[in-house]
Amino acid sequence: MVDAKAIDGRSMIRRRAGLRLWLSAGWLAVLCAVALLAPWIAPKDPLAQDLFLGRLPPAWVQGAEPGYWLGTDSLGRDVLSRIIHGARVALTVALVAGTITCLVGATLGLMAGFLRGWVDIVISRLIDIWMAFPPVLFSILLIAVLGPGLMSIIIAIVVIDWTRFARVVRAEAMTQGAMDYVASARVAGRGRIGTMVREILPNVLPTIVVLLTLEMGIAVIVEAILSFVNLSISTDDPTWGGMIAEGRTSVHQAWWVLVFPLITLFLTVLSFSQLGEGLKDRFDPVLR
Amino acid sequence: MSFLSIRNLSVRLKKGPPLLRRVSLDVAAGEVRGLVGESGAGKSMIGKAVLGILPPSVEVTEGEILLDGIDLLTLPQAQRRRRIGALAALIPQDPLTALNPSHRIGPQITDRLVDILGWTRADADARARNLLAEVQIADPDRVLRSYPHELSGGMRQRILIASAFAAEPKLIVADEPTTALDVTVQKQILKLIAGMQARHGTALLFVTHDLGVVSKVCQKLSVLYAGMVVEDTSVADFYAAPRHAYSAALLAATPKYTDPSAGLTPVPEVVIATVQAEVAAFDRGQAHG
Repeated sequence: MVDAKAIDGRSMIRRRAGLRLWLSAGWLAVLCAVALLAPWIAPKDPLAQDLFLGRLPPAWVQGAEPGYWLGTDSLGRDVLSRIIHGARVALTVALVAGTITCLVGATLGLMAGFLRGWVDIVISRLIDIWMAFPPVLFSILLIAVLGPGLMSIIIAIVVIDWTRFARVVRAEAMTQGAMDYVASARVAGRGRIGTMVREILPNVLPTIVVLLTLEMGIAVIVEAILSFVNLSISTDDPTWGGMIAEGRTSVHQAWWVLVFPLITLFLTVLSFSQLGEGLKDRFDPVLR
Repeated sequence: MSFLSIRNLSVRLKKGPPLLRRVSLDVAAGEVRGLVGESGAGKSMIGKAVLGILPPSVEVTEGEILLDGIDLLTLPQAQRRRRIGALAALIPQDPLTALNPSHRIGPQITDRLVDILGWTRADADARARNLLAEVQIADPDRVLRSYPHELSGGMRQRILIASAFAAEPKLIVADEPTTALDVTVQKQILKLIAGMQARHGTALLFVTHDLGVVSKVCQKLSVLYAGMVVEDTSVADFYAAPRHAYSAALLAATPKYTDPSAGLTPVPEVVIATVQAEVAAFDRGQAHG
């Protein structure tokens, strides 16, 4: 009876974890599709201004115009179309910057944590120095030097955020490195790099996956922050952060210009972090 | 000619106190030598030195470790690793951390046979199945497909034993292989190790703090105190008449299961003082020499 209950509890946890995984993956999949197909599915041209149609409310509010589902901003641009086109920038930054940051940070962390010695000393000191910089100021400074643009944002995120991966992966690799199975592999004749890749990496991978998805969410936020302070890509192209910045100035007259990009941003970042947790539950051999 | 011969091996913490003080011992081919001593006496350190897995915080200051006649300590790193991999293996202490949680059992046994020793995949798979049968695992095919966390501690220790014998090493270092197991499983595992050792004719360096275990498995015995060998003898002689006062006290301190009312006899203070004086005298000699 007790056993049956325990098994039931486990399957409950699994079902809930599964739901979380599917909801977040579903939202992100829809977003990816929308971003890819933006020119074809956006109802309006995201850049077309029409001052006669400024600050139209969303479709279900009194005074809305048909075709402008989420209303228009103060220049008469369609909010829904701009969110759809903004997804392109957000997802490009999330995927490219997140992945490169992960590769750089996790590799350095793994080397520091497992190889130890001078490798660890150099990488750990670098991490210490990096962490002493305030990240927002650092990124603004970097963009100022590199010049605005998608490429600069990606570089800035990689340069600033690699320590997130390096720190955690280093600690994890150190823990794993002390396990007896590593000693056995060494006795059997595996070299240091071979041991690192075959024995340590698979055990650090679930952590790396969680960090990667978190980082993708963070990358979306960083892009939004930089757009908010007008340091992102050119101001013509719609970005969620840029929309939020513009919406802020007219929030009392037209709340929808601020609120809809904000909700989209929120759901996206949340989905990334939940996707990571869900994947970890699914692929960690001990939890599975 | 002994298969493993350790001569005057001294190991210390880098810029710190000595951990092994000119340890010498021999293990002949097919022989089982027990290595006993209290915690911190350096018994595991000897096993680690032989297998080339000393932690980076310690260094070898003198001595030789002759494995099949060649000093491991003078070999270049890569050659030493190959030699150890081909001739020796480890049965680790803790079955819970000694198997990689991310890999299935099968590949954990076979991958190194294939990758490092150049076996064919089919040979290695067949070998793994035979070995699991030999360590009395009922359903080898299912176990080979399992992850470590799906198996019990005793089962995992059997797998580790099988894995240690996989490449037919000439020497196995067993580092307290029964310490992490409960008493009933301990007995089975000991029997298993002794049986495998006899069948395969493998030399065994058996690290333990349990003298009861030594009498069941070993032929020779080294007693360690503070990194010094205080007695090197055959097990029969040891139980008949230990030569060193510390060995005698250690033997007297072993609980007798036949007489539970006897209580515990600690090692007397005077014996500890004697053996500590010997260690101090050794260190003074080192300082002057």
